[in-house]
Amino acid sequence: MTFTGKNIKRKEDYRLLSGNSQFVADMQEPGMAEALFVRSEHAHAKLNKIDISKAENMGGVYSVIIAEHFNGEVDQLPPHSEFTLPQNLIDEINPIIQPCPEDILAKDRVIYVGQPIAIIVADNRYIAEDAAELIEIEYESLPSITDPYKAMEQDVDIIHEQMSSNIQAQFDLSTGNYDQALKDSDNVLKERIKTPRVAANPIETRGILSTYDSRNGKLQVWSSTQVTFMVRKYISKLLGLVEHNVRVVAPDVGGGFGSKCAVYPEEIIIPYLSMKLDRPVRWIEDRMEHLLSTRQSRDQTHDVKVSYNNDGTITGIQDYFVLDNGAYNPLVLTCSYNTAAHLRGVYDIPNFVIGGNCVVTNKAPTIAYRGAGRPEAVFVMDRIIHLVATSLELDPVEVMMKNMIKPEQLPYDSGLIYRDGEKVIYDSGDYPDGLKQALELANYDKFRKEQKKVKSDGSYVGIGISSYVEGTGIGPHEGAIVRLDSSGHVMAFVGSAPHGQSHETTLSQICADEFGLDPEKVTVKAGDTDLIPYGVGTFASRGAVTAGNAVHVASKKLQEKLLAIAGEILEISPSDLEMNDGKVFPRAMQNKYVTLEDLALAAKPGPKCKVPEGMEPGVEATHYFVPPTVTYSSGYHVAIVEVDEETGFVDILKYYVVHDAGKVLNPKIVDGQIQGGVAQGIGAALYEELVYDDNGQLLTGTYMDYLIPTAMEIPDVEMDHQEFLSTRNPMGVKGVGEGGTISPPAAITNAVCDALNPLDIKLNDLPISPSKLRQRIKVAKTS
Amino acid sequence: MTETISVLVNGKKITSEVEPRLLLSDYLREKLDLTGTHLGCEHGVCGACTILVNGRTVRSCLMLAVQVDGCEVDTVESLTEGDGMLSPLQQAFADNHALQCGFCTPGFLMTITGFLENNPDPNDEEIKQAISGNLCRCTGYTNILKAVKQVSKSRKLKEVVKE
Ligand code: FES
Ligand code: FES
Repeated sequence: MTFTGKNIKRKEDYRLLSGNSQFVADMQEPGMAEALFVRSEHAHAKLNKIDISKAENMGGVYSVIIAEHFNGEVDQLPPHSEFTLPQNLIDEINPIIQPCPEDILAKDRVIYVGQPIAIIVADNRYIAEDAAELIEIEYESLPSITDPYKAMEQDVDIIHEQMSSNIQAQFDLSTGNYDQALKDSDNVLKERIKTPRVAANPIETRGILSTYDSRNGKLQVWSSTQVTFMVRKYISKLLGLVEHNVRVVAPDVGGGFGSKCAVYPEEIIIPYLSMKLDRPVRWIEDRMEHLLSTRQSRDQTHDVKVSYNNDGTITGIQDYFVLDNGAYNPLVLTCSYNTAAHLRGVYDIPNFVIGGNCVVTNKAPTIAYRGAGRPEAVFVMDRIIHLVATSLELDPVEVMMKNMIKPEQLPYDSGLIYRDGEKVIYDSGDYPDGLKQALELANYDKFRKEQKKVKSDGSYVGIGISSYVEGTGIGPHEGAIVRLDSSGHVMAFVGSAPHGQSHETTLSQICADEFGLDPEKVTVKAGDTDLIPYGVGTFASRGAVTAGNAVHVASKKLQEKLLAIAGEILEISPSDLEMNDGKVFPRAMQNKYVTLEDLALAAKPGPKCKVPEGMEPGVEATHYFVPPTVTYSSGYHVAIVEVDEETGFVDILKYYVVHDAGKVLNPKIVDGQIQGGVAQGIGAALYEELVYDDNGQLLTGTYMDYLIPTAMEIPDVEMDHQEFLSTRNPMGVKGVGEGGTISPPAAITNAVCDALNPLDIKLNDLPISPSKLRQRIKVAKTS
Repeated sequence: MTETISVLVNGKKITSEVEPRLLLSDYLREKLDLTGTHLGCEHGVCGACTILVNGRTVRSCLMLAVQVDGCEVDTVESLTEGDGMLSPLQQAFADNHALQCGFCTPGFLMTITGFLENNPDPNDEEIKQAISGNLCRCTGYTNILKAVKQVSKSRKLKEVVKE
């Protein structure tokens, strides 16, 4: 019996359901103190004086520190993260990148509201908050820049002194000949299309607990992070510690969606304080801090020019876009380049010019959020499809089909280079067939017929489609160590740690298959830098592809070794042996067997060791899976909505998804990822936006103002699947973590425009809030 | 300044000295080590901290510990049965993949426990409304809805068998 592909129940569930889970905030250590960050109230100001004396002298306060207290002891966060660019990509896109390293605490100037200025360490958070009231900060307010276009102007203040302008990063790339296409085409369309600033908002905020054992110099850090190894690396580097002496553990993590895929200043300074004060220190972020200072995302504005012919063929796209980074941009080109590489999606558009500017402003810094640049790209592309169709009075499906990459064109070379330096070549899939499947699922033709009648009765119902191709499973690597313990139990250790993706279940299914064991007899451990020497993390739809294949190959390697040992014991050639249900036996004589426990014993070093000559003793195998490049998932979303003309409220009546994630490891878990992803996408389409005023003050600092969809707003997503195996890894899997989130803004916006047609309403910006939509309906009706 | 409170927590009588300003959520989590109750927003919107006080659902981040003096408090830790077996509701969550990261889960379980007491046979709209005060960022809710339906159905079946 094989377990991959089946709905095995989750191993994670028992502890999470019974209240026995362990998130960072659930942990206490003897003698633990709690930290609180005092954060900037100004978007841009000089710090003339910080008086901490009253706070320091308060009972129950251990320490109050500001930047000058650790000058020289703690380095700045480096200007960019791991995600640097390969040389061939640099040659191709000629990027300009200006470094902007980040201070752990603000020194003499603050550049966004929420920037940490001081830390109070006290007996508990109540006391720390009391003490915070006693800190006096003298700000001298400076003009703040909140508009990225303003930030790019010539005579404007430069936010980071060492930079020559506020454009922190920039690139250009092109393929084909756009100018020629423009000349030869029947029509041209110009639009500005925008995706607003949003926040990932995992329900668990960030949190860190650090203990230091001065006897052996070992620093132990628990952090709610997606990237334990990166956190370890920076702690050791910035605090000057031997990496081996730093252990970073992500225990249960309550969602991340990209927001926990970075090293934060708090992750450096809390460990520093636990060493300095020689006591455990914990910091748990509250929701207001989260909305203020956890990295945000998506803030892009595109100016597109599209050339197309009367039959709906899109001949070329030119797109210049601006990404408002906020105060820092540690991911440099990650999101903006993803947008560029993914913009044309499933479409064969030969002439393409795109340029991105990543601009610094006085807002919270940004990072990747589920989809990382792709929802932005898809919103642009699918609006283009809809606008072209509208201008030609064609059905959008006709325009989609006309421009779509045909199955016989696969593997399809898009003419670009991916972020990892490899060519963007879509590996497998059938896009027109996926679209057809989605249209059948949604009963598209029938809907179109009925829509006329319903509309003539005065209801505004509409249908909208979106599609995406997503590069998933990016490298550089992810590894697994698979080991038999002395009781014959199989353990798998991986470097990529979950925050809701069910690694313990799916990876044990993969492992179990190789050994003919029930997944119950396999234990998967992740989220601890002491488990395995190298690891990257869980983000960018990469877990199943990278960690999954690492477990798969490592298990195979160990299985081969076990057969070899059994061969020695049973004096039979390993090729005549079989492994099943914890036993190894000759194929011809199944009652003569050795158990996994026997094999574990026989593998111990020493005179009784039965490991064949030339192999190391022990029962363990390691494999690092290094993907040749990403593998391309794809999907189609169809939304059916009804708009209330009076209130501007959008009701999602139906939502359909067809997707291809290659080989499916556990259908229930895959469907769960899609359903949850769609819910986040619906949030972005209709509700979510971080709003700053002109002074850089965040106006949406609580859940009363930043609206996350609830059960009332999320429909049951009807799904169908395609299963085109990836050609780039042994299991044929593709990533599915982000796909659900990529398309909803485009599908829903197109559906809303379709519902309101023939009213001329352009929705090229999100979210489609009732007040905005009502206003646009009013304008359209009077003009 | 502290006050003495006496509370029946998950069926066990507990007497403690607490500061009047101590939040009920912090009391449970930090003083009693009942960390199953989670904090997602601390301003009454996300529902992660939901517990039962005298059988009624409340947000423990919006109450003070001193307010539950003399009350019965039930947290997620009370749901599993004596032998550690999952309750039907918890089992339904597992059966329907109604949790991913599981951080919001205790709040949902307690909200639904309180809700089903008052409305054992709800329809879809009622269930949605009942859980609409709890935010989940992972699951997209529909599997939670399915889990609730599974328990209410099995309860109904039990009643029919009993009659
Ligand atoms: S933590 Fe109490 S409602 Fe969010
Ligand atoms: S399961 Fe993660 S927030 Fe609900």
